[in-house]
Amino acid sequence: MADQVLQTAVSQTLAEKIIAQAAGLSTVAAGEIVTCNVDLAMIHDSGGPRRVKPMLERLGVQVWDPTKIVLVSDHYVPAFDAQSAAILKLTRDWARDQEIEKFYDQQGICHVVLPERGHLAPGMFVVGGDSHSPTGGAYGAYMFGVGATDMAGVLATGETWIKVPETILLRWHGSLGEGVTAKDMMLKLCATLGMDGGDYQAIEYSGATLAGLSMQERMTLSNMAAELGAQTGLIGPDQITAEAISDAGGDPGDWEKWSGDEDATYRAIHDFDAAELPPQIAAPHSPANAGSVEDVEKVAVDQCYIGACTGAKLVDLHAAARVLKGRKVASNTRLMIAPASTRTTAAAAADGSLAALTEAGAILLPSGCGACAGYGAGVLAEGEVCMASIARNFKGRMGSRESFVYLGSPYSVAATAVMGHIADPRPLLAEGSGS
Amino acid sequence: MSNDLTAGSVWKYGDGVDTDLLAPGAYMKGAMEGLASHCLEAIDPGFASQVKSGDVVVAGKNFGIGSSREQAAEVLRMLGVTAVIARSFGGIFYRNAFNLGLYALVSEDVEHIEKDHRISIDPLAGRIVNETTGETLACEKVPEHLAAIVAAGGLIPHLEKTLRKIL
Repeated sequence: MADQVLQTAVSQTLAEKIIAQAAGLSTVAAGEIVTCNVDLAMIHDSGGPRRVKPMLERLGVQVWDPTKIVLVSDHYVPAFDAQSAAILKLTRDWARDQEIEKFYDQQGICHVVLPERGHLAPGMFVVGGDSHSPTGGAYGAYMFGVGATDMAGVLATGETWIKVPETILLRWHGSLGEGVTAKDMMLKLCATLGMDGGDYQAIEYSGATLAGLSMQERMTLSNMAAELGAQTGLIGPDQITAEAISDAGGDPGDWEKWSGDEDATYRAIHDFDAAELPPQIAAPHSPANAGSVEDVEKVAVDQCYIGACTGAKLVDLHAAARVLKGRKVASNTRLMIAPASTRTTAAAAADGSLAALTEAGAILLPSGCGACAGYGAGVLAEGEVCMASIARNFKGRMGSRESFVYLGSPYSVAATAVMGHIADPRPLLAEGSGS
Repeated sequence: MSNDLTAGSVWKYGDGVDTDLLAPGAYMKGAMEGLASHCLEAIDPGFASQVKSGDVVVAGKNFGIGSSREQAAEVLRMLGVTAVIARSFGGIFYRNAFNLGLYALVSEDVEHIEKDHRISIDPLAGRIVNETTGETLACEKVPEHLAAIVAAGGLIPHLEKTLRKIL
């Protein structure tokens, strides 16, 4: 009895609480290696069936539970040659053979589709076959990315091992200014903490700023925990989380219990001021090369790109539309927009923001990972400069190895498209809509 | 079973060698051989054609950051690289490397190794011998169960062997 009292008195971080539940333990401690039951496994066309199918066949095993697998075709979307068409067909055939009902064929990018269809809830332990899997952390789920071999293990057994991480708490105070977004917060964090600042531990975002952010903005924070080198990027659920899950047809469950204890042990706690944050721009070839837009030269750009799981959700299209409404894309550049999902496109069409974008001259691309991962349409030629709302600007990632990618928020990308050079969106927003 | 790696030549790089450099997205849809031929071309166009079986890649901080694509580790293994020694690794790459039969060794001594040096490694003992300079250097010891996975050529062949024994 005394032991029980002592055990329940142990203070735990949110990450520890979720991992403990998944491991069937009352508590876990950072540094411990535990085996967890996986609540949901998410795979896509690039790292999914075409990699794991031969592995499962070689071991002579079946998937452990088709109802707990979400499969999304988003990388080779739509097929642009016989090879990519063959990958999509293999994915489709495997989904049918394995009776995967949660299969989304070219409906959008996996990290956006997953919560859009109500598949995430606080407290879940979720493994994703993609490095931006921390996005699920915005819903209070412990979600992290693995390679295909690790995923084959998950699909075969429904389990995986994890070294319980320490948690790095990032507290944001105050409200973001006009034209400043979660993307700017993340570029600031990349510059401040570095791309190894997360050290494969758990990051947890908290503070008053978070309460004022929509779920899609919170997803941007969790998504780019990957760029901080963290295993996941958690945000404790609140009423906004619960309502978003219910609206998507999911079940938020007993969400109120999923928060870190006040006296839990953190590896580090960092405090940031949102109100003082100007728009951030990351220069080639690292998100950590970020600084205030005010300090960036007015570099002329050949292409502006609003896309990817990081930067083409509905809130991102709304931000771009606020800048572009009544204005035109400058003649020296081009603006490409790949909405993050087909539902994003439908919603933007219904609320008029899509028209504002296309009337400004934006070129609409399919909903998929596309040029962000160097896979699809919209890649860059040698010597070209691009301003993008994506997560990463690694050398050669978006096309030619001699191309140059700057990163910014959708506001900043839209302002850059209007001006033809890297630009601060705030003056355009202050002017209001163009004529 | 000895896990000693016989001497190999060193390819030396800096910080933040990412998965797009190792396995460029544009070649991800094709066969592994094609992808491997583009490994690291954006920073070292001669690497893929000149690297030899038994060679070792030595780098700075945060090797393998970026994508979860395990082809980033697989192409190095296909080209004959037996180990990557770095100050630190991207978390997903680190797991992938062992799963694909490639040693990922954390070492603070990478400054003592330069391109074209000949080094031999004992991963279980956490010892690197730079045969060019004569220095003995340290890396984090690899636990035996991970060394067994590498010796089998990766987790899947390792499981295949162990499962066969059980059956």
